Amino acid sequence: MSFKIASSPHHHNRRSTASLMQLVAIACIPGIAVQAVFFGYGVLVQLVLAIATAWLAEAMILSLRHKAIRPRLMDHSALVTAVLLAVAIPPFAPWWLIVIGTAFAIIMVKQLYGGLGHNLFNPAMAAYVMLLISFPVQMTQWLPPLPLQSVTISPLDAICTIFTQFSCGGFSLSQMQLSVDGITLATPLDTLRTDLAQGLTLTESWQSPVYLSFAGSGWLWVNLAYLAGGLFLLQQKVITWRIPVAVLASLFVLTMLSWLASPDAFASPLFHLFSGGTMLAAFFIATDPVSASTTDRGRLWYGALIGLLIYLIRSFGGYPDAVAFAVLLANMCVPLIDYYTRPRTYGHKAKGATK
Amino acid sequence: MPSLFQQIQAGALWDFHGGVHPPTRKAVTSEKPIISMSLPERLYIPLRQHIGVAGQLLVEVGERVLKGQALTAADNSMTVPVHAPTSGMIIAITDHTSPHPSALPESVIVIEPDGLEEWREREPLNFATADTQTLLERIQDSGIAGMGGAGFPTHIKAGLHQPVDYLIINAVECEPYITADDALMQEAPTTIVKGIDILCKLLNPKAVLIGIEADKPIAAAGMRAACSQREHYYVREVPVKYPSGGEKQLIQLLTNKEVPAGRRPADIGIVMQNIGTAFAIAQAVLDDHPLISRIVTVTGETLQRPQNVQALIGTPVAALLDFCGYQVELEQKVIMGGPMMGFTLPDLAVPVVKTTNCILAPSHTELPNAGPELDCIRCSACADACPATLLPQQLLWYSKAKDHDKLKEYNLADCIECGACAYVCPSEIPLVQYYRIAKAEIREQQREALKAEQAKARFEARNARLEAEKQARLAKNQQLAAARQQSQQQNAGSNTVAAALERIKAKQQNATETAQRSHADIVAEREVKKQQARAYQAQQAAATHTDAESGAQSQSASQNLDATATDPRQAAVAAAIARAKARQQQHTTEPAQTAQSRASAPAVTDSQATQNHADKAPSQDDPRKAAVAAALARAKARKQQQGAEAEQNHAIENNAATAASREATADKAPSHDDPRKAAVAAALARAKARKQQQGAEAEQNSALDNNGEAAASSEAAADKAPSHDDPRKAAVAAALARAKARKQQQGAEAEQNSALDNNGEAAASSEAAADEAPSQDDPRKAAVAAALARAKARKQQAAADTRSASEHDENAQAELAKTKGDSA
Ligand code: SF4
Ligand code: SF4
Repeated sequence: MSFKIASSPHHHNRRSTASLMQLVAIACIPGIAVQAVFFGYGVLVQLVLAIATAWLAEAMILSLRHKAIRPRLMDHSALVTAVLLAVAIPPFAPWWLIVIGTAFAIIMVKQLYGGLGHNLFNPAMAAYVMLLISFPVQMTQWLPPLPLQSVTISPLDAICTIFTQFSCGGFSLSQMQLSVDGITLATPLDTLRTDLAQGLTLTESWQSPVYLSFAGSGWLWVNLAYLAGGLFLLQQKVITWRIPVAVLASLFVLTMLSWLASPDAFASPLFHLFSGGTMLAAFFIATDPVSASTTDRGRLWYGALIGLLIYLIRSFGGYPDAVAFAVLLANMCVPLIDYYTRPRTYGHKAKGATK
Repeated sequence: MPSLFQQIQAGALWDFHGGVHPPTRKAVTSEKPIISMSLPERLYIPLRQHIGVAGQLLVEVGERVLKGQALTAADNSMTVPVHAPTSGMIIAITDHTSPHPSALPESVIVIEPDGLEEWREREPLNFATADTQTLLERIQDSGIAGMGGAGFPTHIKAGLHQPVDYLIINAVECEPYITADDALMQEAPTTIVKGIDILCKLLNPKAVLIGIEADKPIAAAGMRAACSQREHYYVREVPVKYPSGGEKQLIQLLTNKEVPAGRRPADIGIVMQNIGTAFAIAQAVLDDHPLISRIVTVTGETLQRPQNVQALIGTPVAALLDFCGYQVELEQKVIMGGPMMGFTLPDLAVPVVKTTNCILAPSHTELPNAGPELDCIRCSACADACPATLLPQQLLWYSKAKDHDKLKEYNLADCIECGACAYVCPSEIPLVQYYRIAKAEIREQQREALKAEQAKARFEARNARLEAEKQARLAKNQQLAAARQQSQQQNAGSNTVAAALERIKAKQQNATETAQRSHADIVAEREVKKQQARAYQAQQAAATHTDAESGAQSQSASQNLDATATDPRQAAVAAAIARAKARQQQHTTEPAQTAQSRASAPAVTDSQATQNHADKAPSQDDPRKAAVAAALARAKARKQQQGAEAEQNHAIENNAATAASREATADKAPSHDDPRKAAVAAALARAKARKQQQGAEAEQNSALDNNGEAAASSEAAADKAPSHDDPRKAAVAAALARAKARKQQQGAEAEQNSALDNNGEAAASSEAAADEAPSQDDPRKAAVAAALARAKARKQQAAADTRSASEHDENAQAELAKTKGDSA
């Protein structure tokens, strides 16, 4: 009779990394659904492409590194990376964009750094930034939200467009980008930035139909859906409140201050919170455990830093949305933040943070 | 703002960082009564069941012991004894799988119960009248050690001299499954409170805080009722959270204080005792019932009757499980302790000990085996759970990297191995296991570092010493040269009278005989010594550091290292007294009989030499060679004795020689390879010696001899000991002795009239003997020098043989005495 020898504890709360990642992916579903409704089914196609690429790339690298493939594929971390990238890029971007992006995320950003847990940067965001720099045109071709679209796009159209850049009806992507009144529409954030750059005041810019897509239909709802998903993650204790709250609070406070100071030159805090990828960033991207700070106080600093960077880049930078840059820059500061925010160990005098 | 004490009185509770909420699964056993288990067939009682050292064994195999009889003795403060849990026979004392994570075999006493349950005599104490010391002794003698898990001897914590503010009684029992304390509180709250009363008498705290986890309402109510008469006892229900029963965590929960890192709770005025310990104290003091049984929660889904069992210490786990209807599963885990901190047992023969609170035999579905270990995703769930506010993910990282400095920086040492981190880790990383390994590595490294440091210090000290000795030798040589010139001038006059005296005495005694014998003796001794010197050299070569030292030095060094050396000052004082006495005796005996002193001279030499042997014995590399040499020596001595017996007229010398050889034999015995042979030889030698003595006594001419000899040799013995402490002094003294001996030799040679005989040689050999010790730096040189000395001595003897005068005896004797005095 042999008895099993194991080291304590013999108990486990049975919450695995895989199930955590799964929950993250599940929490994305409302956001993805809203995105599909307002911006077409392209996002679903992108998702499929991204996930397939991610799994392939992961399996390939793992086999090259002579690691067991199954358990690591099953940890679903590649899945989450794929999902995050797929929802971040324009829904009708050409197929090779997402394939290159996902492969880059998995191979270069994650596996070459040593695999899960060893990557310094958030793979999805690093890939996003790489794509944005390499393919700026494709990365900014957002279609207007559904109510403003001049051409109705069927799911089949979505597939055709992604693979051929033409819908089944023969419209090109730039044609599809035209809104009902014939203007090419970018995202509200993009529009705002361009308008402000052209010297328009906020009130003038506000006349543009693009903002209908903000409050009226598109981005607000997408953000609300991600907020809901984020709250679900909080409730499931997959993430803690510190990072999202810090991101949102610092963004809110900064935009509020500048808006109060100059309402004509700066958008309102609400606009900032609910446009672009703010909620996605706060709840899904900044909370990626691997690349985020791991101490309690560090997470507050880390979140606040992301909020600050989003604000700065959106207000003064040259890119339409700032989330990816903000997250990457904050990632770089994580080792420093972690080091200086070590908690005081029981029975020890406080040190570290106050040095 | 109310003071801390007021807050505590008002019922304030605090919180500690982290913690987890594993399913407690306590209801299975908590509401059932405690069942006493029937006597098992055998009891296996480990000698050591506490933190500290095992007590001295008091019993033997085949002895019948009574229930409650002590099996070991508490011979020092870190020891608590173990007792016979029932009456029966001791059928073995052997090694047995230990109830420890390592499962290393450990000494146990195996008792076969006779079923009579016959108690030893018991003397209950009245704790109200008993004094503190009696109570503490009773607690120690009853074998009580912390029953919560660590097994720290209770009398130490109960006998603190520091003032104690709070006595915390730990009845939290936060580990899942375990309900032993719960059951005890439900069943015997009044006895527990009496135990607490005793602790209060010993520690005199401001307040007693009894911490009970909130999921034990019946127990808490029972304790409240039992404490109702005592106004400074507070029962506190702490929230259900693991590990609130950890010592540091409970202190934080109840008093909002933290035990500073590396200190003990007593340093902040807190003493914590487990509730089971309090109960055991009450039993020990009030009933004289030592710690021979305890409540064990036997639970898990593979048992038909999970329950709390009153089990005798030493009961094998298998018996306990069978008693509860155990149904084995394949690849089963059986855990001693709880699921969070317990350890799996390699087999079920392991006995229940004083710290065993739970035996858990879970099914596979209940506590599944750990899944595959994945990569850390830095989710820091572990950090959120850690009650010590550590960063387990960083510790993991540095443990894997074996970065001990970083581990220290991140306070690995403060990890209490509670397992909360591993419990929550989504990647199922066995974090605690990593920390245990890292801790063990760090301990190992520290030990190595310490050793290296000591070795370095020794090496440096040795270099310094060698340098100093070299200088001293140089200086000495110059001095000697000067002294030799002087003495040659002086000796011419003083020796004529002495020489005349010697001649008269020599007529009474056969000096030749003596000289030969003692000479032979010395040669034999020398043979042994040479062997030793060689062995020593080999040893030195082997041990690259420390030991190119003399026997004495190395001994004193090793004594120092072992820290077992007795106070050298005391030894020196004792030696001085001994010397003084010896000198007195010598003074009285010397004028009386010259022959006697002559006899005693070789005796002294021999005994000195022997002493050297005895000293060196433990450090001999090759005892076999030494034994051979010793045997040769004995053989020679015996031959001489036979010769002496035939002559029957030199009883004195015989005595001396025999005594010397007897001593030699006796002294060398321990270093023999085959002590039995040695013993036989020694017995023979003794028998012969006795015969000779009788003969000598019949002759009635040397009663005093033995005295003088005894005194001299005892002096030599006493002398030697302190001189080890300061080898340098000994070396100086020996050098002086050498110088003097040489002087005498020269004198003798110049006069050409006398034997100088034994004495000259005795001095020479004593010189050599003394010499040998300090000069063992280079044993070969010493051997050469000794050979020269011997050659000279022999020449002189030859001369003396014819003349047989021995007036130098006295001189030599005096010199020897001085040598000894000096060497102190
Ligand atoms: S809980 Fe496990 S996976 Fe998460 S940070 Fe700690 S060690 Fe890493
Ligand atoms: S085992 Fe150590 S590191 Fe892990 S939670 Fe407990 S104290 Fe913290």
